[in-house]
Amino acid sequence: MSDYCQLSGLTKTYPTPRGPAVIVKDFNLNIRKGEFISLIGHSGCGKSTVLSMLAGLSEPSGGGIILAGKELAGPGPDRGVVFQSPCLLPWMTAFENVMLGVDQVFFTASREERAQIATYYLTVVGLGDSLHKRPSELSQGMRQRVGIARAFALKPKMLLLDEPFGMLDSLTRYELQQVLIELWRRNRITALMVTHDVDEALFLSDRIVCMTDGPAAEVGEVIEVDFPRPRERKAVMEHPDYYKLREELIQFLEVRAHRKGTAAPPPPSASASPPAVRRRAPADIEAPMNPA
Amino acid sequence: MRSFKLDWLILPLLGILLVLGGWQAVSGRKAARKDAEGKVVSEERVGLIPALPSVVETWQASRIYILEPFAKRGEMDQGIARFTWYSLLLVAKGYGLALLIGTPIGFLLGLSKVFTKTFDPIIQILRPVSPLAWLPLGLVLFLDAGKEAGTLGALFTIAICSMWPTVLNTAVGVRAIPQDYLNVARVLKLSRTKTLFKVLIPATLPYMFTGFRLSLGIAWLVIVAAEMLTGRPGVGGFLWQEYNALVYEHIILSIITIGLVGFILDRLMSLIEARFKSI
Ligand SMILES: Nc1ncnc2c1ncn2[C@@H]1O[C@H](COP(=O)(O)OP(=O)(O)O)[C@@H](O)[C@H]1O
Ligand SMILES: [Mg+2]
Repeated sequence: MSDYCQLSGLTKTYPTPRGPAVIVKDFNLNIRKGEFISLIGHSGCGKSTVLSMLAGLSEPSGGGIILAGKELAGPGPDRGVVFQSPCLLPWMTAFENVMLGVDQVFFTASREERAQIATYYLTVVGLGDSLHKRPSELSQGMRQRVGIARAFALKPKMLLLDEPFGMLDSLTRYELQQVLIELWRRNRITALMVTHDVDEALFLSDRIVCMTDGPAAEVGEVIEVDFPRPRERKAVMEHPDYYKLREELIQFLEVRAHRKGTAAPPPPSASASPPAVRRRAPADIEAPMNPA
Repeated sequence: MRSFKLDWLILPLLGILLVLGGWQAVSGRKAARKDAEGKVVSEERVGLIPALPSVVETWQASRIYILEPFAKRGEMDQGIARFTWYSLLLVAKGYGLALLIGTPIGFLLGLSKVFTKTFDPIIQILRPVSPLAWLPLGLVLFLDAGKEAGTLGALFTIAICSMWPTVLNTAVGVRAIPQDYLNVARVLKLSRTKTLFKVLIPATLPYMFTGFRLSLGIAWLVIVAAEMLTGRPGVGGFLWQEYNALVYEHIILSIITIGLVGFILDRLMSLIEARFKSI
């Protein structure tokens, strides 16, 4: 089996006053080594939930995850996580933030070697001049660059990105997608990225995993993206398949995502906001709304 | 009201002048009663509050303490700066003790729900107890220490009264650490010690310093009570002695000194606090 990371029957329920809320149910996915996968779905469907189970930050209620032949238990620096907000520690410089992780992973290396690793990755993401600046002196985009450098510098088995560019303006987002894909091309670290940006998913991924709406979200469809690599944005967008795939993704999000696989238990709470697009779905396939 | 140039200076000065004026107006003054030939029979004080020394009387009686601030004429007759110095030394010790005890308790409260549930009620009960209530207990606790009993009792009182803001603010600060920072520590699998020193403490520092500042204010407040009851040389001890010696001018001198020093301490701590908040 060439499957490097296996998520099988992954389920997450949260206890609520109105009984357990099933957020993700029976989520199955096999990821090959060196693959770049995007996880796409409506806001609130449970993408971050899946990612944080992979990161070990949240315990699966059912099913399990195997990474590189080992069952995952808890968080660890063998997975590099890039959060939506860069999550830099504001009292440390960019360099120190990266070093915090590097010190953990390469504790056998000399201090000088470790400093070299941190400097290298910060330079690659374009922060060679800002090594010793604090996050408050960096722009939003530069902070996320540090976040990316921190994740790659760990030489992790897997890279987990949760809407890493969601908070950036589109120009900066394009720049950072380029930085990310360049680093990924050099290191070929197996990656799972959560996004709700269709074009971002198409530009970066080998496969796009579409999740159905919650509650009890699961894998809806998997779309293969085989634009040649190394990719260049213009070439990708002019590829004959580009608009076909894009259309397919949008179709999924607008219509097929709302289909219910199993009878859904009541939503976790009345305040859980329904996905924005839900109202546009044809009535015949929309799940009956629970009286909240 | 519209602000104008130098209002930061002029308005406070105006306020001080108004208060001084009011003080002068209600204070007493000496009046001589004379007999028919104009000979002074007796002197008495007249005015709205006859016993209250006037501004001028206060200055005249205090000038030697202010103009020779470091003089030492006797145990309880020293320059005002010297008295302040003694008081500050005692406060520094008690306050240091409060931080040393209060900060770890604050961390435990912030980190552990069980610890909070167990000890929060007792903290809430001990917190409002006045220094005047603690001091006798402090003196009793260190009864065997002989000559040092007063000092130790005072330290105990300062520490136990002033540590609560540090305890509570540190706890709030620890609870307010963004989940993001904790996730970074978890994802990198930082050891407990490393998490404490690289994440928890730096993230809590701004709150800790708010607590430190408030604690210092209380420590300074307590010093007077502590010195009064133990008769130690210091601003508070001086105040009490002069009350007993009926030199009321020196009570006012002591009050002004205590207020000024407290104000300066608060300002200094605010500066430090602002530094940590700006990160
Ligand atoms: N601790 C929790 N308790 C109850 N429900 C939760 C909790 N965390 C997340 N959820 C719910 O799980 C759902 C999925 O959340 P999330 O994974 O963040 O969605 P996404 O990342 O796809 O936008 C949401 O409806 C949210 O309300
Ligand atoms: Mg999310």
